[in-house]
Amino acid sequence: MSENKTAVYVCKGCGIGDRLDTDQLANIAESEGKCSLVRQHDFLCNADGVNTIRNDIDSEAVTHVVIAACSRRAKTDAFGFDDVAVGRANLREGVIWVRPDSEEARETTQEMADDYVRMACAEIQYMKQPEANQNAGTHKTILVVGGGISGITAAVESSKAGYAALLVEKSGQLGGWAAKLHKRVPNSEPFADPQDTGVHDLIKLVEDDNNITVFLNSTVTRTSGAPGQFSVDISAESGDTVTENVGSIIQASGFSNYDANQLPELGYGKSPDVVDQAQLEELARQAGDGPMTRPSDGKEIESVVFVQCAGQRSEKPGHLPYCSGHCCNTSIKQAMYFKDTNPDVDTMVMFDDLRTPGNGEDFYRSAQRKGVIFTKGKAQQVDAANGQLQVNFRDMILDEDAVANADLVVLATGQVPNSGVDIEATAAADAEDESAESESAAEDTQEVSVSVDSILNLTYRQGVDLPHLRHGFSDSHFICFPYETRRSGIYTCGPVRRPMDIAQTQEDATGAALKAIQAVENAVLGRAAHPRSGDLSFPSFRREGCTQCKRCTVECPFGAIDEDEQRYPVFNESRCRRCGTCMGACPVRVISFENYSVDTVGQQIKNVDMPDEFDEKPRLLVLACENDAYPALDMAAQQGLEYSAFVRIVPVRCLGSVNTIWITDALNSGYDGVMLMGCKKGDDYQCHFVRGSELAHERMSKIDDTLQQLQLEPERVVTHEVEITDIHRVPTLINEYAAKIDEIGMNPFKGF
Amino acid sequence: MNDVNTTMVDKYRNDFLKEVEENVEEGHWVKMCMQCGVCSGSCPFGPHWDHPPQEIFMMIRAGKRDEVLTTESMWMCTSCYNCIVRCPRELPITHIMHGLANYAHRLGIAPKMNPTRRFSAIFWNNITKTGRVNELALSLKLYFMDGFGNGVKKALAMKKVGIGMIKTKRLNPLALVNHKGVKNPKELHTLIKKAREIEDRRKGLAS
Repeated sequence: MSENKTAVYVCKGCGIGDRLDTDQLANIAESEGKCSLVRQHDFLCNADGVNTIRNDIDSEAVTHVVIAACSRRAKTDAFGFDDVAVGRANLREGVIWVRPDSEEARETTQEMADDYVRMACAEIQYMKQPEANQNAGTHKTILVVGGGISGITAAVESSKAGYAALLVEKSGQLGGWAAKLHKRVPNSEPFADPQDTGVHDLIKLVEDDNNITVFLNSTVTRTSGAPGQFSVDISAESGDTVTENVGSIIQASGFSNYDANQLPELGYGKSPDVVDQAQLEELARQAGDGPMTRPSDGKEIESVVFVQCAGQRSEKPGHLPYCSGHCCNTSIKQAMYFKDTNPDVDTMVMFDDLRTPGNGEDFYRSAQRKGVIFTKGKAQQVDAANGQLQVNFRDMILDEDAVANADLVVLATGQVPNSGVDIEATAAADAEDESAESESAAEDTQEVSVSVDSILNLTYRQGVDLPHLRHGFSDSHFICFPYETRRSGIYTCGPVRRPMDIAQTQEDATGAALKAIQAVENAVLGRAAHPRSGDLSFPSFRREGCTQCKRCTVECPFGAIDEDEQRYPVFNESRCRRCGTCMGACPVRVISFENYSVDTVGQQIKNVDMPDEFDEKPRLLVLACENDAYPALDMAAQQGLEYSAFVRIVPVRCLGSVNTIWITDALNSGYDGVMLMGCKKGDDYQCHFVRGSELAHERMSKIDDTLQQLQLEPERVVTHEVEITDIHRVPTLINEYAAKIDEIGMNPFKGF
Repeated sequence: MNDVNTTMVDKYRNDFLKEVEENVEEGHWVKMCMQCGVCSGSCPFGPHWDHPPQEIFMMIRAGKRDEVLTTESMWMCTSCYNCIVRCPRELPITHIMHGLANYAHRLGIAPKMNPTRRFSAIFWNNITKTGRVNELALSLKLYFMDGFGNGVKKALAMKKVGIGMIKTKRLNPLALVNHKGVKNPKELHTLIKKAREIEDRRKGLAS
């Protein structure tokens, strides 16, 4: 291994040279940063500047480069040198753009820049250019679990893009719920009439495609491995099992119908003439183009009432609290079954809020034109009397109780996701069993669940299925990464992700297929998938120092870490998303990345020049998440918003990677306050690594004890949730915090 | 009970929506209402109606025939057209209100003493008599429709305005005896009669 040689380049462009003493910066890099090669350049990101760096790398054997210029988010193309480690000192967005250009501010502004150069020089000493993961897999086949409309679409789209697909379906035929429909809600102009489901054409596409292998009457009985190298057992009902190697997995396990037996007040189970939407589809299929008849006595149906939101959008126990999205359009479609056959049939849709996604508004109008009556009302009770059904409801417009008579009542019940075992509830129940030795396992009846059979049977340490978020739907970053689950290389699409109709499902399945393809391509190259896509670094740990505490394996949001027989962590590089949550969790600090570690950040913190107590220059450390908080800070700078010259900002991959040692080290070495800026946490989280922000908040809530031991005020450490759009808020947060620290006074540990 | 009304009740039974669709001006629009309530919120007279338009549409669908046809609500409409302009479903709400009022009147079950209804009747008789409005006769008829005493009171209250109008030649006192109508009022009467016949036949109201 050759010796490290670090070069520092100080840019004078964009006003840096006018505002700062760059000679002094160069001196600091040389004397304090101990960098042998220091150059200044008038315009570093132009061709000449970049060539200077390139030449130094090639002829001067430079291995580490520090660029003291703009933010690390700017000019990434110009400064993207793949063969050396690159560090950035943010003099533009981080210093001159957030400080006033005035005589009295000059000194503190220069100090800011000096510190950022010191920090970058310190960081680079501990960085290595990462080499790609050597344990990369080679398989590019895509496994699709579930043969409904979403699964079929995902398989077909994968195949169209040139990737072989395996399609596993539990039942004996493809098509899922869609194949059981009489007709579907229209998806083309003029959105006026129900149309053919098109499922049979889709199934034919699958059958005619040599690139798609279908396994009917089969389930996935074991899944192990990582993106690019999954090994999957597919077992048929007959007991035959085949093992297949696949690159990525799409779980399209769909939904089950909500059990309408839980709605006796609406007459279900009491009269055969009260049916749910699925049963009505069956009646319609049986009737064909003829009139539908009552299940009870075969009388031709002359009046029908559709009760929307049956057992959903309700906080009652056993009901679904959410809206299933498709049911208003479905009821409109089903009312048309009647009206199209015989316009004299009375059809009433009893709604609370009619929600018609897609082009449903046209469809709704078409139904009104056909004479379907829409009544804003809440059904309270359905009784059978004199060979007819009586729907007692509250008319919400006329504000009175009313009765509607009908031959048939259709309940619009909701979708319950088939998301397999709730591994977090299982883990909680296990933990309870372990501690209390109680026989009665905590029966979690809060959520309405259908299947408790595992769908993927993962051999992961963290559980057999994908983690759920709310109401049993699989967890994914709703806005930025909707298809990505918390298991790398495994994607979900369709109603297992959130309630949706056929049109949305097909769009969803196409998206998931593209993501699965992206995953195999990245995995084969040994690179990370989103959100750090293309990242070559991966975590490793110092075995001698590990205490087998299991915190990293438990806290990894993506189930990337298994345990060996001695309970040491086993990192699956291909499953890792490089957030560093394990690094932040490790109490003995043995986990690190080649270019991001406890040292790379710790040394930045320590190498700030700390003025003594009587200088009246406090120092505040800001650890900012590079996904949202750091860009927000950059954008604030671009808008010329100013903030205190006493802050030193260090970007981190995710707040989850913040190790508490950084906080205690900072306070011990004289910082007057530490502020953490991360993404939104909770059920509607924005954290790009799902759990990172949440974990950081948890860890920081426990740091109060440490602060008290040090006789420090707990206000010296604060954590904020920040969004990328909080451009005006972030400088305010910093300034308010600076004022607060001013109130509390200086850290007594300065100078020790 | 009125004859036409009984006929209609027999003809449509419970299906009041269908009755409205087939007999009320622009009535076929009623089914397109999506119950957003913008019309009721936009109506300057909204708070004074027993049933704002949104409710009327709902009552029609709910088959509340008597309540709708005997209410004074749609007689409150001043044709400001706010509701038409704002309706997201583009329902001609003003026209439907007038259509309903007219239909109720034709059936003979509109509120007898409703001032709008009475004014409309007086106005109609006045204008169709000669083909031109006799303003003086119209005013007097309106003043005295609630009896002689009331008429004198109203007239005295408007004395100043009346004299002012006479002075500026906006009102001709001789018009009472010397009103100039269209050239051939007989022809106009035939025309109107024919039009009514056609409409009644179309709506099945012809006896």
